[in-house]
Amino acid sequence: MNAVPKTPTSGATIHRGENGTLRNSRGELLNIDYGLGGITTQMRSRSLGDDLHSDSMVLNLGPAHPATHGTVRIVAELSGEKIIDADVEVGFLHRGFEKMCETVDYNQVLPYTDRLNYVSPLINNVGWCLTIEKLLQVRVPKRAEYIRVIMSEISRVSDHLTCLGASAMELGAFTVMLYFMQARESIWELIEEVTGARLTISYCRVGGLKADLTEGFTERAHAAFAKVRTQVAAGDRLLSRNRIFMDRMCDVAPLTAEQAIEWSITGPLLRACGVNYDVRKAFPYSCYEEFEFEVPLGTKGDNYDRFLVRMQELEQSLRICEQALKNLPGGPISVDDPHIVLEPKDRVYGSIDGMINHFEMVIKGVQPPVGDVYLPVEGGNGELGFYTVSDGSGRPYKVHVRAPSFIHMGSVRKLLIGANIADVVPTFGMVNMIGGECDR
Amino acid sequence: MDTNQQLDYIAMENGRSTALIELLKAKFGAQLLSAAVELGDAVVEIKRPEMLAFFQLLRLDSDLAFNMCISVTATDYVDSRPERFEMVYHMLSLTNLYRLRIKIAIPEEAAEVDSIMSFWPGANFMEREVWDMYGIRFAGHDDLRRILMYEEFVGHPLRKDYPVQGKQPRVALRAPEVRNTAVDMQRGDLVRIGGRIKT
Repeated sequence: MNAVPKTPTSGATIHRGENGTLRNSRGELLNIDYGLGGITTQMRSRSLGDDLHSDSMVLNLGPAHPATHGTVRIVAELSGEKIIDADVEVGFLHRGFEKMCETVDYNQVLPYTDRLNYVSPLINNVGWCLTIEKLLQVRVPKRAEYIRVIMSEISRVSDHLTCLGASAMELGAFTVMLYFMQARESIWELIEEVTGARLTISYCRVGGLKADLTEGFTERAHAAFAKVRTQVAAGDRLLSRNRIFMDRMCDVAPLTAEQAIEWSITGPLLRACGVNYDVRKAFPYSCYEEFEFEVPLGTKGDNYDRFLVRMQELEQSLRICEQALKNLPGGPISVDDPHIVLEPKDRVYGSIDGMINHFEMVIKGVQPPVGDVYLPVEGGNGELGFYTVSDGSGRPYKVHVRAPSFIHMGSVRKLLIGANIADVVPTFGMVNMIGGECDR
Repeated sequence: MDTNQQLDYIAMENGRSTALIELLKAKFGAQLLSAAVELGDAVVEIKRPEMLAFFQLLRLDSDLAFNMCISVTATDYVDSRPERFEMVYHMLSLTNLYRLRIKIAIPEEAAEVDSIMSFWPGANFMEREVWDMYGIRFAGHDDLRRILMYEEFVGHPLRKDYPVQGKQPRVALRAPEVRNTAVDMQRGDLVRIGGRIKT
């Protein structure tokens, strides 16, 4: 091995071998990638030679770095502190969601959708059920639609609280993280009360819901919303005009509206660039046209705008919830069609046709007509769309998820080039990649 | 089924989609293999050789202005169709709020389409995903690597002939010269295990 002395001023002598390996004076390998993530460095030689110190440094962030919450690897090429190129690797959490969906029936896909964006699983449930209902051409009763809206908005609040709290913590504001986690806890208690689970809830069903709201839900929801508002206001006071926070966020990783659109960015990231596109307004689903809410827009499209847009959306989501709770209509929560939803148990045990329908549903499942359908909903991070092909059997022939996180990760390279190494953390926090959704 | 349970927002989207289909028919005419409104979605089928011109007009024409590529995916019809794969593109026009689904049938022997990255750079990851999952190549894509799977993965998992429980060969160590040093670590004298001091 031809060992070449490198940077003799730095104390320990580093020898460069072939393939960019670095060894110390005892011949031990320095740039080891143990596969555990962390940060390993590797020097890359440029043609000008070593003495001019014109090397760029390759810095490997992740896949298990704490700031990459979730699993993603960013291989950044640095010139000093500036990122001159970055390669974003995703896929570490790939579980074959789309392949598994082809092996189960339409209702059994729901637990898999819980694990897409696991911070707001209810929105995924709603998106999937609406897609199949569009294929079946049924519309669930109004009460079910309202409950779906309430649950989606509650989930959006929890999604944004997690994103903002985690990002604040990564910039040193640990108090805000604790406040927001407390607020999220009160939201999750509501979810737990209605659905029986906190994270993987599987609450919706094709053609309706698993269960109605619990008694006294409205009062407890209002109490929880008051708590969320208090905590968010406290976080707002601590962060929004905080000098350190603003220095880290303002003008970092900006995008113009045109760039954001051509990079297929949706959701809070797109709205931070000033583009007024919200699926709930543009393509209303599940009665969203009946609610009054505003779409917060940013002006500069930098990280600070992304933060502010999410903070504003919290309040708008709570507004929608309150309107829905106030005007919550009565009536059934599932469509009255034994070929779409399971029969009630008294009919299953009390009548022969009820039992036949029950068996048919359990064995064959929902059988939508042949066709394909795409339906978008507004997820926590952007447009969440399901594209499904039905061949007329009880199992989906193909499922494709338009996962906003995955598509946003495609633009992270563009966001990072030109930024400083310290900007990776807030930028990545504001992109809010959710591993389950990104890698599927 | 109760008639007022019918999807009225399909009817709402129908109007916009019908207008879009009429517009597309006027602009492209014979190029479209089919153009219809299905369940409220505007769907067109085009031929593989004409796709670049078609997408270019979608992007640049001011009446259409499809400025966002929503998703790129494919479907494998291995047993049911002569041309095995069908590329499925979803496009969105934020100015006109049009949504369009474009389908292109491609045979297995020539599983390659043109990349639309030059019109919509956001299609980069989506096309890499289709290559990874279905093995369809994209001509003109400058960075066509696997994205969700690892480089050593054999086959394309979303193809219908890939088994659900498919096994993969073991991947060789990427840095075989690196030895696990954890086995050399020695416990300090003061660590108590099970009530006795281990030396």
